[in-house]
Amino acid sequence: MLNKAIADIILDYSGLRSTISQLDDDTDLYSAGMKSFASVQLMLALEDTFDISFPEHMLTRATFRNPAAIEQAVNALKMRSAA
Amino acid sequence: MISIDPVIASVERVTPVEYPHQCRVPKMDAKLSFVEQLIGSGLLISTGVDGLYGRNAMFEDVVAGFQRIVTRVGAGDGADTVSFPPTMTRDQLETSGYLKNFPRLLGTVHSFCGHDDDHRALLAQLDAGGDWTLDQRATDLVLTPAACYPLYPMMAALGSLPEEGRTFDICSFCFRREPSRDPARMQHFRQREYVRAGTSEQIAAFRQRWMDRAREIMDALRLPYEIVPANDPFFGRAGKLMKAHQLEQGLKMELTIPVANVEPTACVSFNDHRENFAVAWDIRLANGDLARTGCVGFGLERIALALFRHHGLDIEAWPADVRDLLTL
Repeated sequence: MLNKAIADIILDYSGLRSTISQLDDDTDLYSAGMKSFASVQLMLALEDTFDISFPEHMLTRATFRNPAAIEQAVNALKMRSAA
Repeated sequence: MISIDPVIASVERVTPVEYPHQCRVPKMDAKLSFVEQLIGSGLLISTGVDGLYGRNAMFEDVVAGFQRIVTRVGAGDGADTVSFPPTMTRDQLETSGYLKNFPRLLGTVHSFCGHDDDHRALLAQLDAGGDWTLDQRATDLVLTPAACYPLYPMMAALGSLPEEGRTFDICSFCFRREPSRDPARMQHFRQREYVRAGTSEQIAAFRQRWMDRAREIMDALRLPYEIVPANDPFFGRAGKLMKAHQLEQGLKMELTIPVANVEPTACVSFNDHRENFAVAWDIRLANGDLARTGCVGFGLERIALALFRHHGLDIEAWPADVRDLLTL
């Protein structure tokens, strides 16, 4: 079950709120129409909300491909900042 | 004469093709850098600012000769040739999205907007060796960062595209604020572009066709090159992600040639803009769908420099077939 805060941010910043009816863990956001610059805005919104910073090696398409990948990345970075 | 295959090449997704260097890069005079040799020979004229040079007649002859080749190769494409000054409107630049990605490269045009008192203050500052630019105001103009930027609003004003799309041929001086001692990284340089608007299939075919043509041209000019996936110099951390997108999707390919450095220099780029400019300017196909755009850009100074680097600073000594092709 996807974290609701993450799901909301994805819908707000991916530019897909009006085009996808349901967000599943494995919804491919790029196939659904998320543009490059939207993924940048999504990345910045996740950083602001969760007080995390994506390291350079995570700034790839794969990190933001679907909600499950995003949640996994956010959780990993939250763990790191808490440590 | 180079022969150009009129058949439109495969429209399949572009896969990077690597070409081995066909010849060794000539050794440079160890005592002088390439830029010092270019200035010493008179080909480039120093202004005292890195990346801003005058060019002599021989340099301009080579640029003109290369332009003639491009014109000949692209002649059958039905392109409309248009020309703009190297300055564009600030609001068009804003709409293009350039500031999102390349804020540090933009040159803006500022001007004195004061009255007599302000003028006296300006001259006093100048006399005192102070900063006379503090009261300069931004105008509604910026320096054109890429030759095709003024084209998109013009295209949009023409209305929806015909079935066959539209193709334009454009050349302009461009400005990018990145001072460097590398003569191949000028702040003011010329881009010759063919720009295509149409369906994604039309853009893919156009890009493939120009990659094939560029290979033939460089082979005939006896220049060593590779065509490799590339990315634009997007700004900042957000830019890292933009670069990753561009690379992973193969949206930018560059033809690179060793010029002044061991690291080869991008001399031609083949760009798929996807719907970026079509969204910005609402450029649509005949059926009302958003169009796609793409362009091929030749860096004219870089190609001239590559020719001087590989064939020598004196064009009299260049291979006869290269001179013939350039009609020099």
